[in-house]
Amino acid sequence: MLAITTVTFYIAAAWIVTFVSVGIYAAWVIKRGRELSEQVPEEDRRWM
Amino acid sequence: MSLSTVAGARLVARKDLRIEQHSRVALAQMLPFGMLVLILFAFALDPSRDVLTRATAGLFWMTVLFTSTLAVQRAFAVEVDDGALDSIRLSGISAASVFLGKVSALVIQLLVLEAVLALGVAILYNTDFGGWAMLVAVTLLSTIGMSAAGATYGVLVSRLRHSSTLLPLLLLPLLAPVLIAATKGSEVALGQEAGQSWSWVALLAVFAISYLVLGVVLYRPLLEET
Amino acid sequence: MTTTFAPKIIGTSSPATRILGVLSIIGLIALVVFGLVISPADFELGETIRILYMHVPTVSVAYLAFIITGVGSVIYLWKRSEFWDLLAASAAEIGVLFFGLTIFNGMMWGKITWGVFWRWEPRLVTTTVLFITYIGYLVVRSIPTDTRTRGTVSAVIGIMAIVNIPITHKAVDWWRGLHQSSTIFATVDPDMRGTQLFSAYLGLTVFLVIFAWLLIHRFRVAWLSERARGIGLDEAIAARRAEGSFS
Repeated sequence: MLAITTVTFYIAAAWIVTFVSVGIYAAWVIKRGRELSEQVPEEDRRWM
Repeated sequence: MSLSTVAGARLVARKDLRIEQHSRVALAQMLPFGMLVLILFAFALDPSRDVLTRATAGLFWMTVLFTSTLAVQRAFAVEVDDGALDSIRLSGISAASVFLGKVSALVIQLLVLEAVLALGVAILYNTDFGGWAMLVAVTLLSTIGMSAAGATYGVLVSRLRHSSTLLPLLLLPLLAPVLIAATKGSEVALGQEAGQSWSWVALLAVFAISYLVLGVVLYRPLLEET
Repeated sequence: MTTTFAPKIIGTSSPATRILGVLSIIGLIALVVFGLVISPADFELGETIRILYMHVPTVSVAYLAFIITGVGSVIYLWKRSEFWDLLAASAAEIGVLFFGLTIFNGMMWGKITWGVFWRWEPRLVTTTVLFITYIGYLVVRSIPTDTRTRGTVSAVIGIMAIVNIPITHKAVDWWRGLHQSSTIFATVDPDMRGTQLFSAYLGLTVFLVIFAWLLIHRFRVAWLSERARGIGLDEAIAARRAEGSFS
C-alpha cells in the first residue's frame, strides 16, 4: 500500500510539475506580449 | 598585401609567446596555481588510502582544465586592453590566422604547463608512467581541442561585460567530453583501466577537429565588429 | 449598421495561435485520460511507464528546439536577419525549460526505480551537461549589449553547442560503459503495445503542438521587445535633444 502511494506520488509530481511549469511559462509569455504590444505601434505587429 | 594564413598565424603566435616571455604570467601565476590545486586535492581526499593514485588522471585533467580557463582569459585580456585585436586585423592578417595563431600559442603554453604538472603528479601522487604513445596522443589532442574551443570562447566573451565570470560557465560544459575522454584515455594508457583505448583518442580527435574547423569559420564574424 | 466579426486580437495572439492553443488544451486533456486512466501499467516498467509519457515528449521537444537554435544561428551569421536571431533565441529558451523538465522527470523515475533521485545514468548526465551549456547561451543573451554583437555572439554559442551534443552523448555513453549506439528518439520503448504506444505518440504530438504554440508567441514577444527597445531609445534621444545636450 505504502509502495503504491509513493510511486503514485512521484508519477504525480512528474506530471504536475511539467504541466504547471509549462503553464506558468506560457502565462508569462502571454502577459509579456500584452504589455509590450501596448508600447509598440500597430504596424510593427505584423501578425494582426 | 594579405599574408598567407600560416604566416599570419605564426606571427600572432610568436607575438603571444613573446608577451609571455616578458610578462611571465603563465610561468609565475598559472603554474604555481596548478601545483597548488594538485596539493589541495591531496588535502580534500585521503592521500594514505590510494585515493589519489586511483584518481590521478581525473585530478590531473581537472587541474589542466581550470588552469586552461586562466590561460584563455589571459590570452584575450592582452588583446582587449589596448584594442590590440583591431590593430592586428588592420594589419591585413586574416581572421583564420588570428584564430590559428591564438590556438598555437595556447597549445604551446598548455603543453609546457602539462609537462610540469605531470612531473608534479609523478612525485606528489606517486604515479607510474607508462603507455607513452597513447599518453602523448591523448595529451596533444585534448590540448588542441581545449585551446580551439577556448580561443573561440575567449574572443567571444571579451566582447561582453562580466567576461571573467562568463568564460568558465560557457567553456567548462563544452569541455566536459574532453575531460571524460582525456581522463579515461590516460587511465587506459597508465594501465589503470582496461578499455577500448583508441576510441578515446578518436573522440578527442573528433572534438579537436570540429572545434578547429568551427573556430576558423566563426572567427570572421566574431572579429568583424570588434 | 456594420459590425465586424473579426475578433479583437490582443498581445501576441493570431488566429493560428488560437487554433494551436485550443488544440494544446484538448490534447493535454486527452493525454491525461489516456496516459493516467485508460492505458495499463507496463509489464516490465510497471506504473513508471506513465512518467515516460512526460519524459519522452519533453526531451524530444528540447532537442528539436536546440536544432532550431543551431539552424537559426547558422542562417543568422549568413544572412544577418533579425528573424533568425530571435527565432534561435526563442527556441533556446523553450528548450532549456523542457530540458529542465526532462531532468526533473528523470529524477522522479529514478526515485521510483532505483530509490535515489540521482544516478550517473548516461542519459541523465548528458542532459544535465547540455542543460548547463544552453543556460550559458541564455545568460549571454541577457547581457546588455548592441543587437548585432548579441546576435553574433549568441549565434556562435548556438553553433558550438549543437556540435557538442553528439560528442557529449558519445563521451558520456562510453564513460558509463555503454558501447552500443543510442539515438535520441529510441526512448520510445518498442515493446509498447496498444494504448501504451498510443499514449506515447499522443504525448509526443501534443507537446509538439504546445512547442509550436509557445515558439510563435515567444518569437513575437522577442520581436515586440526589440521594437519597444527601439522606441525607448528614440524617446531618450528626443528627450536629450530637447534638453540641448546634443547641440
